[in-house]
Amino acid sequence: MDIKLENLTKIYDYQKAVDNISFEVKTGEILGFLGPNGAGKTTTMKAITCYLSPDSGDIKVGGLSVLQNPSAVKKNIGYLPENNPLYADMAVIDYLKFAAELQNVPKEKIKDRLWEMIQVCGLKNEKHKKIRELSKGYKQRVGLAQAMIHDPKILILDEPTTGLDPNQIVEIRELIRRIGREKTVILSSHILAEVEATCDRIIIINKGKIVADGTSEELRKQAQGDEILKIQIKEGEVNEIFRALQNIESVALVDLINSEQQLFEVQSLKGMKSAKNIFSLCASRGWYIGQLTPVETKLEDVFREVTTN
Amino acid sequence: MKPIWIIAKRELSSFFDSLMAYIIIILFLGISGFFTWIQGSDIFFVNQASLQSFFGIAYWTLFFFIPALTMRMIAEEKKTGTIEMLLTKPIKEEEIIAGKFVATLLLIIVALALTLGYYITVANLGNVDHGAILLGYFGLIFMSAAYISIGILTSCLSNNQITAYLLALAIGIFFHIIFDVLSSATPGFMGHTLHYLSMSTHFESVARGVIDSKDVIYFASIIFLGLFGSKMVLSKHN
Repeated sequence: MDIKLENLTKIYDYQKAVDNISFEVKTGEILGFLGPNGAGKTTTMKAITCYLSPDSGDIKVGGLSVLQNPSAVKKNIGYLPENNPLYADMAVIDYLKFAAELQNVPKEKIKDRLWEMIQVCGLKNEKHKKIRELSKGYKQRVGLAQAMIHDPKILILDEPTTGLDPNQIVEIRELIRRIGREKTVILSSHILAEVEATCDRIIIINKGKIVADGTSEELRKQAQGDEILKIQIKEGEVNEIFRALQNIESVALVDLINSEQQLFEVQSLKGMKSAKNIFSLCASRGWYIGQLTPVETKLEDVFREVTTN
Repeated sequence: MKPIWIIAKRELSSFFDSLMAYIIIILFLGISGFFTWIQGSDIFFVNQASLQSFFGIAYWTLFFFIPALTMRMIAEEKKTGTIEMLLTKPIKEEEIIAGKFVATLLLIIVALALTLGYYITVANLGNVDHGAILLGYFGLIFMSAAYISIGILTSCLSNNQITAYLLALAIGIFFHIIFDVLSSATPGFMGHTLHYLSMSTHFESVARGVIDSKDVIYFASIIFLGLFGSKMVLSKHN
């Protein structure tokens, strides 16, 4: 089931929280929704789940509009809200049963679904505990179990790993990736590594507008442009090497980073690669390459570039 | 109907899990029992086999207890954010409100049912007007329903339970006594209107054994306005 946002705008007190956003999420895709705090991630997700109604524009979930068919849309969505609100005084199993009933899971199937969710989310030993007694990681699993109890085709997860310790984060990510094989997932986060590790596609939004959209590689490439190599050349004399590097036709710029270790940063001309030329240069002069690493633009850099200014 | 019952079931089990239900029932039975049988112008004093004194006491006890039951209903859901979880499920605002209303009313009915012992006792002491007693209970149930709907409305209006409780009392006190007091001091049409708005007018008329369409309309309008208002406030989030 796919999700299509068409010119979605949401205004809070004269301020556009979401400003004319359009994008599409295909069936089976895991979309990472990135952005600084207050960028409009949560608002967009609330609009998809029919909790907020858009001021203008529309959202189609599997072809159904959130404005005309909210009930039908809600049935197809599993939603983990930000901060994962739960009834603290309920036992895990009672809460999941309550969620299943609200989602119209047929009575005879509820038991199987409960059992499956408890298995998938690893809640076997916790199922009779009160939710308030659980650790944050387990609460998060209950939130996920609650969202998936009716086996929805779409999962909307608003910051599913906030406040978890590193082990729990890895577990929840694993879980999301496993579930994501059959479902359409939108997950928001401000942890870049997380999005990179779990998502097929990334959308970065800032001040209510989409500022970047693509796979993590595409985004990196887009921000990075020209190839940059970090290179260490042994033997030879620094100045000579420097001049020789500059004379290679594919090289745009050479930067000496460390003269003692003879470390350089070489930026290639647009669309060109220099590694091979550097290699033959060294071979002809009798130098050897101590190290050669492509300098990758990190997603952090992309993020900073598109969300500042 | 089904979603309403799902919500009501959860509210009821929350009442009993949190001991709130037991505390309210014990307090209600304790207070009404004490004043009906032991203290003051009690049942023996009036020299008549009737439950009038019990109804008088229940009239006030319920007035104070009902907002305590309803105050957390929506306020807490809004504070903890669980309302978002509810509203993103295929359930309508009015079904959530109705579910909570039904749960509270059922709890009150349970509490009132436990006072049937008073009725049995009185029936053994002399000749009772069974119809009047039955209608007295109906009067209490109608009145409770009205205050529950006001309580749920104030719980929708505030995120703070104490505010919701006090606001429910503040609105309730007008119906409960202020309109009555004012009506006796106000002549003419205004006086009539105030008299009609007073809860005691209708409660007493029902408890006396007469159910008029005027009374039914009165209770039904308060319940409807309270619940409809709650739905409107709850829908406003988006």
